[in-house]
Amino acid sequence: MTDVVVAGVGMHPWGKWGRNFVEYGVVAARAALKDAGVDYRDVQFVSGADTVRNGYPGYVAGATFAQALGWTGARVASSYAACASGATALEVARAEILAGRCGVALVVGADTTPKGFLAPNAGDRPDDPDWLRFRLLGATNPTYFALYARRRMALYGATETDFAEVRAKNARHGLSNPNARYRKDFSVEDILASPMVADPLRLVEICATSDGGAAVVLTSADYAKRKGIDQPLRVRAVSTVTPAFPQTVIEMPHFATDSGAAVNDAVVPFKDSIAQAAYEEAGIGPEDLSLAEVYDLSSALELDWYEHIGLCKAGEAERLLHDGDTTIGGRIPVNPSGGLACFGEAVPAQALAQVCEVAWQLRGQAGERQVEGATVGITANQGLFGHGSSVILST
Amino acid sequence: MVTSDSARPRVPAVEGWFTTGDEPALLGNRCTTCSTVFFPKASFFCPNPACAGEEFEETKLSRRGRIWSYTDAQYQPPPPYVPRSDSYTPFAIAAVELADEQMVVLGQVADGFTVDDLEVGQRVELVIEDLFGDDDNDYLVYKWKPIGATQ
Repeated sequence: MTDVVVAGVGMHPWGKWGRNFVEYGVVAARAALKDAGVDYRDVQFVSGADTVRNGYPGYVAGATFAQALGWTGARVASSYAACASGATALEVARAEILAGRCGVALVVGADTTPKGFLAPNAGDRPDDPDWLRFRLLGATNPTYFALYARRRMALYGATETDFAEVRAKNARHGLSNPNARYRKDFSVEDILASPMVADPLRLVEICATSDGGAAVVLTSADYAKRKGIDQPLRVRAVSTVTPAFPQTVIEMPHFATDSGAAVNDAVVPFKDSIAQAAYEEAGIGPEDLSLAEVYDLSSALELDWYEHIGLCKAGEAERLLHDGDTTIGGRIPVNPSGGLACFGEAVPAQALAQVCEVAWQLRGQAGERQVEGATVGITANQGLFGHGSSVILST
Repeated sequence: MVTSDSARPRVPAVEGWFTTGDEPALLGNRCTTCSTVFFPKASFFCPNPACAGEEFEETKLSRRGRIWSYTDAQYQPPPPYVPRSDSYTPFAIAAVELADEQMVVLGQVADGFTVDDLEVGQRVELVIEDLFGDDDNDYLVYKWKPIGATQ
């Protein structure tokens, strides 16, 4: 299935701007349309990634952005899959094109975020695991990131310095990225002097919450050819897989894993399955990649992703990092955008932001952070409550 | 300041998740069709996709396990977390592997223990301690308490 292409991408810069999320989405959408050279009135489908923090307009993001851009009668959809919402919105739009129901779709995600920890929605909801984990455990998102980090230290001998080196690499990558919120060089010493939030993770190693917007114009390959779209990128795969039972790795926001005692089926661990499904659809493997954008919710989590997307075997991520393989100029640069470390997370926009970066890299438009000769890129991400997200683009 | 010897009634912070008393245990349930154990309890339908079971029997989980991983909360979590006093004291959280159930369960670590006292692989047991208090009650929750040296 390679008859859908990315025709254009755009962003509103990440920050803590404190304005309405609709504004960020419209800025990103207009940038993507301009980038594609597509007239908005040609868009037949608007696919919005929802924000749950901005009231009703956020729940109906597709319609909200369509109205803000000007009603044209285009069909809309609104998707929520937590951090994976952008990939789900992209997949909905792609399916419309693959089904032959539309030739041009616009995918938009944007968020305005509160200060501090992401918290559950207000109100007493003792049936909601996301509410309960805060009430009964005091377990924030960094709690889970830190459990994985400590586990990595125990299993593979990873150190706090290794984690800080990931953060320092991403800081260097993001320095020249005009859309990044944090463009500051951090030494390993600076990072290790940052306050501990959830042992062993420190403040600057944990993803902040940001305002931002990202948009992607998807078209059929036919439309792109007919309109003479410059450098269309092939959408080789979109993976939105869920876990397989029994899920025996603890995942946010849950209290416990499934039990593996009664059901002995050997299932692929969820995080491994996300990219596997994408590789399978694209008919390629990790050895074919030029770059990867992975969800570094924490510095340590980026190392886990190296393994989950098959860049190396379990326990070898630190070696990859130290060999410089994942730095721009290395064998397989990871997070050339600077990643979440430099962006912070604008939940519904983030999976789309990853796609934007891959697109700029494959078109040779990434400026100082350009991965030379990039031809294939992957994104990987996960939304809580079992949402996988991985996109593969190629020239 | 809430203490365990306050005059307020001591009640579980959540109904039906654990027993109290000398040998407290987590309360899960077991699908009567495929025997898979769930915690928190499964309701209505068995989450095993190969099983059409809809009936469950309550079961106590193992009281002891080994630390799979651990961390702490150096900053006060946002609501609905309820702080125990005006001056916030960081607490530790452990993910504990139960051998019989082949399951990992998260819990706060018992009062008085910090991450410096914990190691992956360490043996812990379930205890019931205060979570927070209000004008009406002291609310109880299960926690994991270290019981021995690392193997």
